[in-house]
Amino acid sequence: MTMHFDYKVEGGDFTRAGYASSQVKRSLKQLNVDPKVIKRVVVALYEAEVNIVAHAYHGNIHVEINTEKIKMTLVDEGPGIANIEQAMQMGFSTATPEVREMGFGAGMGLPNIKNNSDEFRIESEVGVGTKLNIVVYINK
Amino acid sequence: MKVKDVAAFVGGTVVCGSEQLEKEVEFAFASDLMSDVLTIQKDNLVLLTGLANVQTIRTAEMSDISCIVFVRNKKVTSEMVKLGKENGIVMIECPFSMFKTSGMLYCSGLKPIY
Repeated sequence: MTMHFDYKVEGGDFTRAGYASSQVKRSLKQLNVDPKVIKRVVVALYEAEVNIVAHAYHGNIHVEINTEKIKMTLVDEGPGIANIEQAMQMGFSTATPEVREMGFGAGMGLPNIKNNSDEFRIESEVGVGTKLNIVVYINK
Repeated sequence: MKVKDVAAFVGGTVVCGSEQLEKEVEFAFASDLMSDVLTIQKDNLVLLTGLANVQTIRTAEMSDISCIVFVRNKKVTSEMVKLGKENGIVMIECPFSMFKTSGMLYCSGLKPIY
């Protein structure tokens, strides 16, 4: 059996940033998933959710949970990333001062998402948006 | 160390989670940068921070941090308390600087992450 969850994320809305990740955490706890796995999932998802709020106009999060893995797909409409290799480097950031005031924008989000994932893929088109695929296996 | 001892050592005021003061904590991490906090893997962690906004609480929620000490007399908002209560997070307001608060807790036996 696969469970599906969908969430909308608005760019710039820092008061709600983390809502989707919080809901996913709740569901995973109810399913008695190992807390270490839950932490990896929600840290990666929260970083990605904050990225949409910080950089994009709006986006969608789709989460699929089955007995084997948690698969997260985040698609945003936004400025996109010109140089993904550069964006993946620790410390590189294009965040605004407002984002930094919220405690983010240090160029650590994307590398941290990758570190917490078993599979990670990023695609982006300048002027269109960015798509992230994140997979965490439950029993690995 | 119990969370109630953390509050006592730093002369802090518990503003959320007073029913959870018997929880045990072992490590502390001090940062205003939530991106740094999200890289920490350890459990039983106290977060010391001067960043008082809703994302501080969200970061603690995702990182399984059960106790936050707000340094430099930063005030916790009602929105933060609401979110903290939902997630069983103890919040302590403390009048001292990050440096002094860290020193007090280090000398009292809380361990650094690295």
